[in-house]
Amino acid sequence: MKFAGTDNYVATDDLKVAVNAAATLRRPLLIKGEPGTGKTVLAQEVANSFGVELIEWHIKSTTKAQQGLYEYDAVSRLRDSQLGDEKVKDIRNYIKRGKLWDAFTSDKTPVLLIDEIDKADIEFPNDLLLELDRMEFHVYETGETIKAVNRPIVIITSNNEKELPDAFLRRCFFHFIKFPEPETMKHIIDVHFPDIDKNLVKEALNIFFEIREVPGLKKKPSTSELLDWLKLLMAEELPEEVLKSKDPSSLIPPLHGALLKNEQDVHLFERLAFMNRRKTT
Amino acid sequence: MFINFFYELKDGGLPVSIKEYMTLMEAMEAGCANYSVDDFYFLSRSIFVKDESKLDRFDRIFGKVFEGIEFIADDEAHEIPKEWLEKLAELYLSKEEMDEIKSLGDWDEIMETLKKRLEEQEKRHQGGNKWIGTAGKSPFGAYGYNPEGVRIGQDKGRHGRAIKVWDKREFKNLDDSIELGTRNIKVALRKLRQFAREGEATELDLDGTIHSTAHNGFLDIKMVPERHNAVKLLLFFDVGGSMDPHIKVCEELFSAARSEFKHLEFFYFHNCLYERVWKDNSRRHNETMSTMDVLHTYPHDYKVIFIGDASMSPYEITYPGGSVEHWNEESGEVWMKRLGNIYQKSVWLNPIPEEHWRYSQSIQIMKTLMQDKMYSLSLSGIDSAMKELRR
Repeated sequence: MKFAGTDNYVATDDLKVAVNAAATLRRPLLIKGEPGTGKTVLAQEVANSFGVELIEWHIKSTTKAQQGLYEYDAVSRLRDSQLGDEKVKDIRNYIKRGKLWDAFTSDKTPVLLIDEIDKADIEFPNDLLLELDRMEFHVYETGETIKAVNRPIVIITSNNEKELPDAFLRRCFFHFIKFPEPETMKHIIDVHFPDIDKNLVKEALNIFFEIREVPGLKKKPSTSELLDWLKLLMAEELPEEVLKSKDPSSLIPPLHGALLKNEQDVHLFERLAFMNRRKTT
Repeated sequence: MFINFFYELKDGGLPVSIKEYMTLMEAMEAGCANYSVDDFYFLSRSIFVKDESKLDRFDRIFGKVFEGIEFIADDEAHEIPKEWLEKLAELYLSKEEMDEIKSLGDWDEIMETLKKRLEEQEKRHQGGNKWIGTAGKSPFGAYGYNPEGVRIGQDKGRHGRAIKVWDKREFKNLDDSIELGTRNIKVALRKLRQFAREGEATELDLDGTIHSTAHNGFLDIKMVPERHNAVKLLLFFDVGGSMDPHIKVCEELFSAARSEFKHLEFFYFHNCLYERVWKDNSRRHNETMSTMDVLHTYPHDYKVIFIGDASMSPYEITYPGGSVEHWNEESGEVWMKRLGNIYQKSVWLNPIPEEHWRYSQSIQIMKTLMQDKMYSLSLSGIDSAMKELRR
């Protein structure tokens, strides 16, 4: 089993090595990088390329580690007991399986995605240490131990909002997806839009990297924004000349809404465009 | 054979442990590196580096440890023009030495000597004196190379593709103490979060409900307030004069702090804290606030951060009337102490690099007044400051 990128995902060499090492040793792989560089998509593509099931666990600020293992629904058991339901006698009826349980008991080796682990409470990763290391956990209510039949391939993404504890990091492989260089970016666009006009891509990329260079942007556009923008440009069938025109009065690129996601950034860009116009007249 | 590499990483300040080393061994055994240097580099990087700010450091150490390993020749190699090296040699080797070496051997030997000389120099000059790369003396500096990273005087064939990867040091500007963007600051400030349940009870307390239901024998619902960040912060910014060059980093810190903390108040002062502070710099001569009022308004559980370069005449701190702008009845020292007595949790962030602090008397005085809780205004500095505040 070797991961080598897929038809619609361009993986750099270092990413391939990291994924393959993590898959071979069955250790969690921690992925960091700018938003929109394809961290979450990676898990889907790894699952696709290995032809296995993908189990996704999206983390929110309120998510608890325990929820990934199982949850004991005490409230409905309490209600059932007051109604005299027969179900109440077996505690197993009130234990809801979490994503890790699903992943551990899956017949075929699944890919488990723990998305945006940094969103959760600071203790969250620590609570999962043992479970991810040994790939087993204990259910106190029933006294059984759930052990992974096939150790899943675990991919964890982080947006760096919180630091992860050292003990957790020590158990992971780490990869930082850096922003693609223009060459790689062309490749990525080829993969997503095989029929796109080469000149359009060239002009669009120029504008895109120019925007990324603008100092002081709150949110720099990333790969996913570029792809959206190209999709729009194609849908509108704008001629490439529109992009090419270096006319300062139209310095704001067409359909910029796909690239600049925040008012201040649009204002900043407009101001720069305005200053440019004044310079030329 | 990689033990040496492991210890170099550890000495280089990377938080590596035996666990990671064993993982590397395991991965090598499983054939993950494929006997290729590039793959080995990628593999060891993904095992040993757990934080993108450490990537640059890792690259440097990797380059140092595996320097001299023969790589497959590649015509993409980065060549250093011979003229540069000759120039450099002239700079660091005397004429006699050059002649001597020339009579003994050839170009390679000159380079070998030069390399040794550079290493020596590097060691002798440690302590923040960036002797290479400044003043435009060295061709390496100008091109962003680090002498450690450049394989001086090697033949073309030895600059393999792999070297290119790690010697380019693509992650350069991510190292801890260099770049300060608001996002990074936010992450650093976030360490200060302290969650507490406060305010109105809006959440069902399941455990409490079960407990009291079991205890009382009837359904007894308990509610608790939601958890939120309960940290309260007072910021004091030094403005004007010597702080002007640091405006950008202060703005970044300010905007990051604003978005991170709900309970945040800020005030400006000039050079040292005296009896008045203000909230709007354009009207600071009319609309000031008495520092005493500030002390009376905000309770002692507020945490205080001063941001300033603390660079002034020592008199401005220690003597009444020392202020450059007005007559102050009480010295800055008195005010700093007064504040320190009320707010136990306080730190000072200084935009001036830490290695220059000892040359300034006023910084020393201020640092003592702050009971050594002065940190540099860099990511790692903010980090340790937050740790101190949370203690």
